Amino acid sequence: MSASNRLARLLAMLPWLTAHPGVTWADAAQEFGISESQLVDDLQLLFVCGLPGYLPGDLIDISYEGGTIHVVEDAGLSRPLRLNPDEATALVVALRTLADLPGLRDSAALHGALAKLERATGDAAAANVTVDVDAERGVMETIQAALTARKRLHLRYYVPARDETTERDVDPMRLLIVDGRAYLEGWCRSVEAVRLFRLDRVEDVAVLDAASDPPPEAQPRDLEGGLYQPAPDDPVAELVLGPSARWIADYYPTESTQDTEEGLVVRLRVSDDGWLRRLVLRSGGAARVTAPADLVAKVRSDALTALAGYPT
Amino acid sequence: MQARKTERLLNLVIALLATRRGLNIGQIRDKVQGYEDQTDEAFERMFERDKAELRDLGVPLETVLLDAWSDEQAYKIARGDYELPDVVLAADEAAAVGLAVRFWRSDEMSAAVASALRKLRAAGVEVDEPLPTGLEPVVDASDPGLLTLWDAVRDKTAVRFPYRAASGSATTERHLEPWGVASWHGRWYVGGHDRDRGEPRVFRLDRISGPIRADKGGFEAAVPASVDVAGMVAAAEPDPSGHARVRVRAGAGHDLRRSSAVVSTDEGWDELDYEYGDIERAAQWVAGLGADAVVLDPPELRAAVIRRLRGVLDGVA
Repeated sequence: MSASNRLARLLAMLPWLTAHPGVTWADAAQEFGISESQLVDDLQLLFVCGLPGYLPGDLIDISYEGGTIHVVEDAGLSRPLRLNPDEATALVVALRTLADLPGLRDSAALHGALAKLERATGDAAAANVTVDVDAERGVMETIQAALTARKRLHLRYYVPARDETTERDVDPMRLLIVDGRAYLEGWCRSVEAVRLFRLDRVEDVAVLDAASDPPPEAQPRDLEGGLYQPAPDDPVAELVLGPSARWIADYYPTESTQDTEEGLVVRLRVSDDGWLRRLVLRSGGAARVTAPADLVAKVRSDALTALAGYPT
Repeated sequence: MQARKTERLLNLVIALLATRRGLNIGQIRDKVQGYEDQTDEAFERMFERDKAELRDLGVPLETVLLDAWSDEQAYKIARGDYELPDVVLAADEAAAVGLAVRFWRSDEMSAAVASALRKLRAAGVEVDEPLPTGLEPVVDASDPGLLTLWDAVRDKTAVRFPYRAASGSATTERHLEPWGVASWHGRWYVGGHDRDRGEPRVFRLDRISGPIRADKGGFEAAVPASVDVAGMVAAAEPDPSGHARVRVRAGAGHDLRRSSAVVSTDEGWDELDYEYGDIERAAQWVAGLGADAVVLDPPELRAAVIRRLRGVLDGVA
């Protein structure tokens, strides 16, 4: 940890402790994301600092008795430093984007908070950072209404891997917006599992009278690893990517990647080979399948039957 | 060593906040604990670095004249500029602010939000439990150039960077006066005055293939009064201008049908009037449908699809 990172923490710590008199060691350490022994080090450092003169009344003084912390002398550091530009922008842009979403657009709380923070941060927040969300507003509003009323939804939904439209009832769990795209996560009653539905593939949505009732095993998934999460036992396919197909390696989770003379060799897990065959057909040779053999054969036959539509 | 430096910086902040008139460099050296036992030269180097570090943290360190009848410089920190102003949030407003916590999927940005909220809590504003909205937006901001460009936009610094205009094409050095940054349809873009072309342009951040550096000189072109980078990106998208006749199997080709009208239907096939912008992109969509779609017209789109399908066969041969 650099000296200036630690200084930033200490400058916030003193007013934070003042604002939370009698806080426990554990809570203070948790607030600053440090261990209790690091907190002891931080307080010991604060103790030796203060106003020029550095006599007892000038120095920062903090008492801790019975496991709780109280600030006695703060040497003038009674309030935190203003937000720096990165902090202000990260916070304000997030709130501005949220405030523009259906369902939150009318939230007086969010708009009120945003206005107050914009005033407090002044010009520190860059005005020219915007996040546009492709929110399929009509569909989103219907889903929000169902979430609020805890009602079941009926969806007409397009499944690209099979290139077909399906009808299903879904108990909505939450709406997600990931990288500019909106998704509904819910318990799909036809497959009896948690599914993620892209809102731009919802062709029609209706709120049903039945109550939404996801079973206890319907757990929201952890999105840390991204949206595409293949199962560990899905079969592995191997692709060789030319320059114009290298984006595939960034876009989908891969088991391994290796740069070779022929291109970037990637191995990825595929639950349904439909989308992979389409991907390879679209690439026009820039992405080649090299394993497994049956997938290679399927792609070859896809291309041959498609070419049969263009007799010469 | 680190602890002693943190101690010295903290003492400097406290001393400069406490002074009304400012402290000159001699007073700082004598009074502020941590600068003792240094040679003149070592002290000056040390103080220069300390000033820079404080400014980097956002501490508003000012240079003032020590008094009206001298030209001696002094340093101070105005309390009003240093302190976070009072923010009074109602409970529901504070909960709304909590929504920002999970917004960014990027360590740097999440850390920036976390330290912003810590400062708010240090000012007595409690922001903990987010509003239950059932809505969870997450934005990927892990692109390494993003923060550099935010800063460049704010400080009006011209930049240069290596850029790949399209996948597979060559990388060239580009020179830009950045006006704004936007995430549009899930991708980050920077827009501004392109010094090489002498006109406004947008660039995709994921196609910047190396470090972003400061370019020479200040902004040459005027920044428009209102900058809409997302609008610039949308305007740069090709207009749908081509029309094709495509035979598509009934029930298939959903994505194609979104930009098409059905002209006629017979025996399990539909004939579509498909509107497209870029011919290669249109060929990708049709080729991806395999035997479920056949281009009837125009010949150049037919040829582009055939070329793609043959390319696939060459690949697997």
